[in-house]
Amino acid sequence: MGIASSVPSETADDGMVTRDPSLPPVAVDPHIQEAEDRNWTPAKIAIWAAISLLGGLSWVMLAIVRGESVNAIWFVFAAVCTYLIGYRFYSKYIEKHLLKPNDRRATPAEYKADGKDYAATDRRVLFGHHFAAIAGAGPLVGPVLAAQMGYLPGTIWIIVGVVLAGAVQDYLVLFFSMRRGGRSLGQMARDELGVIGGTAALIATLAIMVIIVAILALVVVNALAESPWGVFSVSMTIPIALFMGCYLRFFRPGKITEISIIGFVLLIAAIVGGGAIAGTEWGAAFFHVEPLPLAIGIIIYGFVAAILPVWLLLAPRDYLSTFMKIGTIGMLAVAIIIVRPEIFVPAVSEFAVAGNGPVVAGTLFPFLFVTIACGALSGFHALIASGTTPKLVEKERQTRVIGYGGMLMESFVAIMALVAALSIDRGIYFAMNSSAAMTGGTVEGAVAFVNGLGLTGVNLTPEMLTQTAKDVGEASIISRTGGAPTLSVGLAHIMQQVFGGSGMMAFWYHFAIMFEALFILTAVDAGTRVARFMLQDSLGNFFPKFKNTSWRLGAWLTTAIMVAAWGAVLVMGVTDPLGGINTLFPLFGIANQLLAAIALAVCMAIVAKRGQFKYLWIVAVPLGFAAVVTISASFLKIFSSVPSVGYFANNRAFSEALAAGETSFGTATSVEAMEAVVRNTMIQGILSILFVTLAIIVIAAAVHATWKAFRTRSNSTNEDPAIASQMFAPAGFASTKAEKAVQAQWDALPPADKPRRSGH
Amino acid sequence: MGTSLMTAVGASDWRMLAARAAARLRAIAQHVSWYVSAMMGDDAYRKYREHHESQHRDDDSAEPMLTEKQFWRDQTDRQDTNPQGRCC
Repeated sequence: MGIASSVPSETADDGMVTRDPSLPPVAVDPHIQEAEDRNWTPAKIAIWAAISLLGGLSWVMLAIVRGESVNAIWFVFAAVCTYLIGYRFYSKYIEKHLLKPNDRRATPAEYKADGKDYAATDRRVLFGHHFAAIAGAGPLVGPVLAAQMGYLPGTIWIIVGVVLAGAVQDYLVLFFSMRRGGRSLGQMARDELGVIGGTAALIATLAIMVIIVAILALVVVNALAESPWGVFSVSMTIPIALFMGCYLRFFRPGKITEISIIGFVLLIAAIVGGGAIAGTEWGAAFFHVEPLPLAIGIIIYGFVAAILPVWLLLAPRDYLSTFMKIGTIGMLAVAIIIVRPEIFVPAVSEFAVAGNGPVVAGTLFPFLFVTIACGALSGFHALIASGTTPKLVEKERQTRVIGYGGMLMESFVAIMALVAALSIDRGIYFAMNSSAAMTGGTVEGAVAFVNGLGLTGVNLTPEMLTQTAKDVGEASIISRTGGAPTLSVGLAHIMQQVFGGSGMMAFWYHFAIMFEALFILTAVDAGTRVARFMLQDSLGNFFPKFKNTSWRLGAWLTTAIMVAAWGAVLVMGVTDPLGGINTLFPLFGIANQLLAAIALAVCMAIVAKRGQFKYLWIVAVPLGFAAVVTISASFLKIFSSVPSVGYFANNRAFSEALAAGETSFGTATSVEAMEAVVRNTMIQGILSILFVTLAIIVIAAAVHATWKAFRTRSNSTNEDPAIASQMFAPAGFASTKAEKAVQAQWDALPPADKPRRSGH
Repeated sequence: MGTSLMTAVGASDWRMLAARAAARLRAIAQHVSWYVSAMMGDDAYRKYREHHESQHRDDDSAEPMLTEKQFWRDQTDRQDTNPQGRCC
């Protein structure tokens, strides 16, 4: 439990901490800062007018002007201008009225400094850390699948959603956790919502992590199955990581950048080598793996990776993944700006309204909002924003650039993924993303299926499919569902126009597959480990021995339970006669958004207890939206009578067919397949019920806590007591004039007079 | 502008301009390498050492400072019991 002090957070905030008179100021004077903010010089007005005009023009080009095609550059401008306006005005509004950070207060990195877990970190560096921790394969995959609804719905949701919901959640959770010494979301839920709400939040988090890890693993399986090149180069990451781990452990400890560069070179060699090996007869045979054995391989790998010491596999691969992330995303942004691809996809497609799209079933509302989770609103971030980052923040006001700004950056990654997916031919897009149950997995089947969809402007030929497969160095690109292969084709298509020409397409395709697999495998490892500790902690309440995390048998047992849980969902997805991704992906989005609803519910209770009812809407609006979207999506998945949407409707349809003695039904061609559908839909339906029930309990607990706070006019808080800060650092990327003035005073201080603290 | 500049400035001026450009490039390169290295966490031991020294400046009874090798081992070993999530 936190220290439940009843310090009024509004009025006495300034008087709470006394400044050390022998030191220069530790914060910019709020009045000077306010005056600086309000000083609208002509140059400043001109810049913001230009940003607004360019942003407005871009939105007009995207949403209103209807030509044959639209240029990708408008996506970039619309996104960047909206982000800038959201960051400058909305996040500042939240800062000023809701959070009221106080730089005179020390952050946990200062008052708990140990030089290790708690260490004040330069804001620009921490921004990079935080971004690398939140952004992975999620924002690369969701937008690709949502592209079937046309370009506009996804674009609006990604950009508007992040400004009003996703970035708000990340910022709030980071700030509240920082004020509580870096407490985790689960602990905050317990503190704010009581035992029932807290327990439900914990179980929901655990279940949601299982489903998220499973579906990420499914994306990898779909990308690598029957692709010898991909299997070779991705499996080479394991020996490369082991080598890096040993190098850091035994030869040159601490030379992280050095070994990351070596690892990166080896990785490129593995990609190039993969092409050569897949070209040989034995290589093509040896590394050709069917989906099911591949899934089992990943499950075994997941278990081993999660029990090996961190230094051997997880840490080095994490370095590699961070290194790739920053580089690749920067490269893709530059390439999109240079190439500026034309996009021929309609603004809103036929499937958005009819809800019968082959990629993911369901209508625009609510399924667009669960298909794109990461990039617009991602609950998983709440676990990161209440994990490492709050323990490293130097000054309170920096949470805005790190929390809000970091999420805007992830949203931009999602926009780029959407552009890459939209830039490929629409016929090829549907051939790749419709399940094998629909296309039959053959060129002829795919051509017949896609052309039979009756999409305007789509005329797929067999040559288009075979040529694209040849270009990217694969035997086939039919029904490569999951989003990663489509993104890779789009990315290869864009990158080859800048570097290397069409001869390099196969390299870029496998480069993209490699980095997506790298992100996902890191998330799988880390997710399994985090989930294992959560499980050990919970089991420890009943069997105290489990609390001892160095107890080998307990660690292995709990790891095995977690791996078995996500492994079962993975195998279910891989063997699903209905296609896997199209039935399971909505569950991923729903799970992620429910976690967001839980995080926002906790934030709402905190805001209410702080007595800030006037600004409660800042949390209540995104919470309400996330709740409506996820609960209605869950209800559709549970109660819909349309078999392609409702799990139980599908279950019933197949059960009845079996009872009637039929031996094939829909896309299931055998009795075993039909039985598998019955089993899978039952499990998926039960999971949906579990998630939505837990989320409703948590939200109800938060609403109750909010109401109670309103009735009692609460202004209590579970924050750590305020401690005076003894250091100064600017709040944003660039220092303001006032910040430079304060910094100059610190720089002029003789070293002997500087307070004893860590950092620099 | 190009030709008039060519004739107006002598060889020594060119050398000065080149030196200034090189210095600027070096500064940018230094900044990039600082950022990458800080991002990857190369400076973790230096930060730990500075923290330890500043905390125990005149205090001999404090726990001894870890050596560089011990520190890096301890860093990954602590992650074994305190795993960090990585998002999707």
